[in-house]
Amino acid sequence: MVSTYFLLIWTWTRSAAAYPVSFALMTVLGFLIAAIDVAVILVIFANTTSLAGFSRDEALFLYGASGLAFTICDTFVSNLDRTSQHIKAGTLDTFLIRPVSPWIQLAADRFMATRIGRILQAALVLGYAVAALGIGWDRAWMIPVMVVTGIVIFASLWTIAGAAQFLLTDAPEVVNAFTYGSSQLTQYPLSVYARDLVRGVTYVLPLAFVNWQPGLYVLGRDDPFGTPGFTRFLGPAAALVLALLAALIWRQGVRHYRSTGS
Amino acid sequence: MIELDRAGRSFKVKRNVVHAVRDLSFTVAPGEFVGYLGPNGAGKSTTIKMLCGILTPTSGTVRVAGLDPSRRRTTLARRIGVVFGQRTTLWWDLPLADSFELIRHLYRVERAAFRARLAELTETLDLGPFLRTPVRQLSLGQRMRGDLAAALLHAPEVLVLDEPTIGLDVVSKAGIRDFLARQNAERGTTVLLTTHDLGDIERLCRRVMVIDHGRLAFDGTLPELMATAPEQSSIEDVVTRLYTAGSAP
Repeated sequence: MVSTYFLLIWTWTRSAAAYPVSFALMTVLGFLIAAIDVAVILVIFANTTSLAGFSRDEALFLYGASGLAFTICDTFVSNLDRTSQHIKAGTLDTFLIRPVSPWIQLAADRFMATRIGRILQAALVLGYAVAALGIGWDRAWMIPVMVVTGIVIFASLWTIAGAAQFLLTDAPEVVNAFTYGSSQLTQYPLSVYARDLVRGVTYVLPLAFVNWQPGLYVLGRDDPFGTPGFTRFLGPAAALVLALLAALIWRQGVRHYRSTGS
Repeated sequence: MIELDRAGRSFKVKRNVVHAVRDLSFTVAPGEFVGYLGPNGAGKSTTIKMLCGILTPTSGTVRVAGLDPSRRRTTLARRIGVVFGQRTTLWWDLPLADSFELIRHLYRVERAAFRARLAELTETLDLGPFLRTPVRQLSLGQRMRGDLAAALLHAPEVLVLDEPTIGLDVVSKAGIRDFLARQNAERGTTVLLTTHDLGDIERLCRRVMVIDHGRLAFDGTLPELMATAPEQSSIEDVVTRLYTAGSAP
């Protein structure tokens, strides 16, 4: 499964690398566009010293942690949200006759290696924040855990977004609210949002576990919303539940596929 | 090899339920070469998509090579070859040879077996001159030969063809027909072929099934099919009679 995935993305990369100038430009542009998000955070902190109780470097830490997980998913699985295009073009049929999960084939389809520039940007911000905050190893162990948790959560959201398009073939943009919207939401400390919204993204759509709950642990902070301490460690469990749910929804989506006329 | 028992597939279109295929039962034995005919919209493609597991039947059962296609789709994929005449299963931007190499990985075909098979297919389908050409630059006839090879690289027991000769010139058609006949005779591959070209049927199929309005309207040998109409009728006349008889109230 994994080797098939990498073989497919390598194939797409090779065909894209046939145009080296465009390849290089896209990578650099991706890096620069992503940097605008950081610029926004820096602009905010040029006018204030804290954002909802968090310092600039703490905010950058939360941004980097969410950004790293998100850009990895955006690079490696985001093509799942093109399910409806494949349904309309009839190309999904050709995925389904091969002995490999259509999930793998869709995720790898038209893989763009140029998006790696954005992963690099998020990693740099996270690296800077960790260094600037002087986070010790006693708490830094949580950072890889939270990034992996974030990857699983975002990948699950994309899977659900792709599966939903089996039903919403004509409205593929609706699902972007959940994928790209989730990334936007987790770019800032959740304490800037209303309590009910934060409850929703903790207990319903577990976005709070991408960077907020584990991030509070890494930063050694209490939750301004007063959730108990053990909540910081629930991320992997929440991600697992969401992943299982996503797998189930995906399966149902494929089983209810209607194909096209010819 | 292929067994359908009262298989049906309906679609909800707005508030109506459309039965693309209903109560369809037939059996295809190993090694048979069966032509599957029917007017546009009769349910041919729907049947084929149920056979390869793309569509889940809404009623009845379908079995191919002993497997339930919609539940064991990926297992079945290793034992069935599928060609859609209207769309390619090859990678548009890759040279044909690279597409084949990818297929070798996807189907986990052993390297030695793959080489032998590719050499054989390259010779019989005359793929040599355009193996290094990207698929998007191939002519329709070349692409179809490439698609056929791609569907057979993993040496499937069953080959399902949805209009494989559509849009091809006489020479290309003849080449594909010869190839399919040999594949069936020499390797014993079971073939189910849908087509609107009755020449395909006359040249290749010992048995013919006709589907109309989602139901089987005829199932028998080619001579039996011809016997349903007055003598001296051409195969076109015979099939026209069958298609129009089905649409009468």
